[in-house]
Amino acid sequence: MKHVGKNEMVAKQQKDYKEKVFHFIFLFSALISVLSVIAIIAFVFSKGLKPFFGENSYSFLDFITGLKWDPGTESYGIFYMIVGSVLATLGAIALGVPIGLLTAVFIAEIAPKKIVAIIRPAIELLAGIPSVIYGAFGLGVIVQLIKKVSPTGQGESLLAVICVLTIMILPTIITLSESSLRAVPKSYREASYGLGASKIQTIFKTVVPAARSGILSATVLGIGRAMGETMAVMMIAGNNIGGLPKSIWSKIRPLTSNISMEMSYASGRHQDMLFATGVVLFLFILVINMVLIKITSKMGNANSKK
Amino acid sequence: MKNETKFSVKDLNLYYGNFQALKNINMELYKGQITAFIGPSGCGKSTFLKTINRMNDLVEGVKISGNITMDGVDIYQDMDAITLRTRVGMVFQQPNPFPMSIYDNVAYGPRIHGIHKKSVLDEIVEKSLKQAAIWDEVKDKLKKSALAVSGGQQQRICIARTLAIEPEVILMDEPTSALDPISTLKIEDLATELKKDYTIIIVTHNMQQAGRISDKTAFFLTGEVIEYDDTEQIFNFPKNKKTEDYITGRFG
Repeated sequence: MKHVGKNEMVAKQQKDYKEKVFHFIFLFSALISVLSVIAIIAFVFSKGLKPFFGENSYSFLDFITGLKWDPGTESYGIFYMIVGSVLATLGAIALGVPIGLLTAVFIAEIAPKKIVAIIRPAIELLAGIPSVIYGAFGLGVIVQLIKKVSPTGQGESLLAVICVLTIMILPTIITLSESSLRAVPKSYREASYGLGASKIQTIFKTVVPAARSGILSATVLGIGRAMGETMAVMMIAGNNIGGLPKSIWSKIRPLTSNISMEMSYASGRHQDMLFATGVVLFLFILVINMVLIKITSKMGNANSKK
Repeated sequence: MKNETKFSVKDLNLYYGNFQALKNINMELYKGQITAFIGPSGCGKSTFLKTINRMNDLVEGVKISGNITMDGVDIYQDMDAITLRTRVGMVFQQPNPFPMSIYDNVAYGPRIHGIHKKSVLDEIVEKSLKQAAIWDEVKDKLKKSALAVSGGQQQRICIARTLAIEPEVILMDEPTSALDPISTLKIEDLATELKKDYTIIIVTHNMQQAGRISDKTAFFLTGEVIEYDDTEQIFNFPKNKKTEDYITGRFG
């Protein structure tokens, strides 16, 4: 451009103005998420940490190591809930990851298109079912089945929670693993076949290892989902008031159901203790997220090296 | 040079759906020689190369008629693809090492064929990398990712990986088209060296390359073999007008 005429100047200024407005709109949108997370953290932590400070404070050690939750007698111990939540999550991962990964391999590598056309919508539907429906299903079917075989004679148990959580995390594991399997370059498969590998060898020695970061992030997201699930597990966990789970038949009281069951009527210290439970849950999720970020950034590096 | 037949190709036709990619190929490929396939893009030379180790089996909608024999055995009728591919190794156009260490890349083939003893694998890895003329450059970083070295080195690692399964034949699909001139020369020297022990068939876009390293050259055009003869003959006294036009750079 040689000369900038007057009209063009005006047009340019208008354009700058528009750019600025949009810039602001984008920034504002982005800030909503950031501000929300800050507000939630501040609120939960300020409420949740209150009982452990000042006069008449509750021992944090008693809170974190306690094996009994009885607001009536001022017993607020959540250790048995942490153990319950962690066991339920580990159980769901131990079952859900292999099932999910094999499903993903089947969809991405083996199944004919016609079968994929049936399986994939089923998985998408599974992902869309509200968790209260999972809970109702768990209560109506899984709990009833367990009741028949359990030595305790009760169906609400760690096992019931693991079963339902396994089903609930499957869509996450399958969808993410499948897309990372599909992202494995065709050239790796060709190289493997070219060396005389069979299809199964190619899948397990080349394709799955090449997709491992994606599968790992799927697992971590699954952990987060299982840990944070509330409604479904509340309906089937049994929610005992104390004691460590001794076997898969034992009742558990996940951290999430502790909060949701009592928040509506709790007040004073009782309510603060529920927020304190939330703080612990939040820390778990935070750690899981940090692990996830670490994995995905590593994955980015591995790809850029190529 | 005596011509001992390794592959014999008879009336080979190949279709991708309705498109005929190879038309009536008849050809003998000889042991212990380098045979080059040249021709413009889309002429079928790579497709033909991939029929020799049945890589086309992996492509959907491929139909093949006619037959190819290796040492007299029909590779489509009387041999399974896995056995064939352990005897006929392949080096691809883009260096495609697995995202694993250099060692694991070379040991991949032996491992899938059931060799797990560390001392044996160590020996195979060292021998293969030496044969591929890359040992001295990578011997101190065998545990490093194969993706962390240069493209030329990656391609030689891929050649070592192919050598590790001790094939009889090595197919090379434009192995230097993604490499710089110095790496290209190294691969060419390597191919010339390897032909003592292996039968090599190479597809190339680069006519000088075919001239430099091959004993026999086949010129492909639109799915047909136009001319196939000793390389010297093809380059100096082409019989067909189309071959002459291509070699002198009048088209292609």
